[in-house]
Amino acid sequence: MSTEILDEPELETQARQATWTLNFGPQHPATHTTLRLILELDGERVLKATPDIGYLHSGFEKLGEHLSFNQYVTIADRKNYISPPMNEVAWHHAVEKLLGIELTPRCQYIRVIISELARISDHLLCTGAAALDLGAFTAFLYAFNLRELIYDVYEEMSGYRFHPGYTRVGGLLYDFNDRVLSRIHSVLASFPRVYSDMEKLLFRNRIFLDRVRGIGVLSKADAIACSCSGPIARASGVTYDLRKDEPYLVYPELDFTVPYSEEGDCWARFMVRMEEMRQSHRIIRQAVEALPDGPVNVPIAEKFPLPDKLTTYNSMEGLIQHFELIMPNRGFETPRDELYAAVEAPNGELGYYLVADGSQTAWRVRTRPPSFIHFAVFPRMIQGHLLADVVAVLGSLNIIAAELDR
Amino acid sequence: MSFLEEEPSADPHARTLATLARVLGEGVFTISRFRDNLRLFVPPARLTELLSVLRDRCGFNMLAELGGTDYLGYPGRTRARFEVHYVLRNLATSERLVVKAGVDDPDPSLPSAVPLWPGADWMEREVFDLFGIRFLGHPDLRRILMPEEFAAYPLRKDYPLRGRGERHNFPRLSRGES
Repeated sequence: MSTEILDEPELETQARQATWTLNFGPQHPATHTTLRLILELDGERVLKATPDIGYLHSGFEKLGEHLSFNQYVTIADRKNYISPPMNEVAWHHAVEKLLGIELTPRCQYIRVIISELARISDHLLCTGAAALDLGAFTAFLYAFNLRELIYDVYEEMSGYRFHPGYTRVGGLLYDFNDRVLSRIHSVLASFPRVYSDMEKLLFRNRIFLDRVRGIGVLSKADAIACSCSGPIARASGVTYDLRKDEPYLVYPELDFTVPYSEEGDCWARFMVRMEEMRQSHRIIRQAVEALPDGPVNVPIAEKFPLPDKLTTYNSMEGLIQHFELIMPNRGFETPRDELYAAVEAPNGELGYYLVADGSQTAWRVRTRPPSFIHFAVFPRMIQGHLLADVVAVLGSLNIIAAELDR
Repeated sequence: MSFLEEEPSADPHARTLATLARVLGEGVFTISRFRDNLRLFVPPARLTELLSVLRDRCGFNMLAELGGTDYLGYPGRTRARFEVHYVLRNLATSERLVVKAGVDDPDPSLPSAVPLWPGADWMEREVFDLFGIRFLGHPDLRRILMPEEFAAYPLRKDYPLRGRGERHNFPRLSRGES
């Protein structure tokens, strides 16, 4: 019998030493993006995980030193491509803070709306894909279907479905029109249905619950020490949300709550994300209702936004301003200084450390990528769990490799 | 409002600066401000001391951000070539400040912040990878984004945007060889 064989002491020590190494990725269906893990396993138990990243390094930060403040929005878009408008808002939030621009009320509301749409879109993908990886396929389809409606909003507002490139220094590419608002209303109308579908499919799904409960626990102390932010930190009991604690745009005027949990496991992260979607839904509803009239761009006298065609062709001021902004070696004045500014992105704190040298391009664009910081915590979370839990923990962290590697 | 509460000070950093002055004395760092950012410039030799006082005595329990900048050729620059910034946050009071330490060629190096905040691990590796600033006492200082055999530091200002031909000279494996 096999038990008798294992009773022999030397064979037993051999069996204990038999750890093996498994390569996971960089192309693996469950990583969703291009990242690699080297897993040291004892049977199916993970003794040590060593992430290996950089497969998608595209020099985005170097590019930021060569593109102007408005051009770089297309690159910012491509960092977390699951929620592009959030990246745009984060980028221009930093730029406008550097330049000392106060946005118009309408623009602030619109930016809140697109940020929260991006948050819903991001969380839908994250929660849906987490379920997909753990065998609950159907919820993913419902989640992805709603994301299509959000893409329709992007398309209507900017002309691009995936990377809208919608914000500009001191304003937006276009104003919202009625068609955009009606698309937003259709997202708002569809959301409760999708949420309740996901709720019914997942919240009491035994298979899903067994795979996420108590898995990948991150303690509150570890979350703080490892610089975690966003839903990852809030699931571990760090009730910090930049929208509340370091308010920007018009968030103080909107009524919403910040969900958190004490458990810190994959289930807590999943639930925090689900609840955040409902809060985002609340925020959008209020913001659409309160959306003020008026211009979206700061006045052209401030010399930041490009005047529209009508102003350019019909007024001297508009023509001069258009010329000044379009011609190379001209444009608006920037201070020779630097700052750090951050917004609450779906994944956590998305910040920019921006150094300006007085020219039209930044001297240094440092992104604080939440994916990068959260992936660094991954080895801590997975230690001692089973190989199958790797996908559960990865799914709950929502690592986006384009943002991870930049 | 109770009379025990302090007057709301115009400067959110007043208490921190007072604590720092009491614990460290004068002359350890210099201050500058821009918009809502307060920056403390500190020489590398006093960096760890300042960071640990900020963490232990002033409640800055979170290292929100760490990154580097190369100021080679920055207009009007008189300070060191590289600077590393540490954005610290006090989660209880939402106070945020930036600590900056400058290092110069050759062999730029700084003490590591990993003993204070484990979260500094990958961020310091990234600064090492892209700027070539070494962090003394870092447990695992390897390249993180670029390949191990990469010879240059791509975010330095003397490194060209389009690279030095690394991409074109990269050995290409055929399907049979791989």
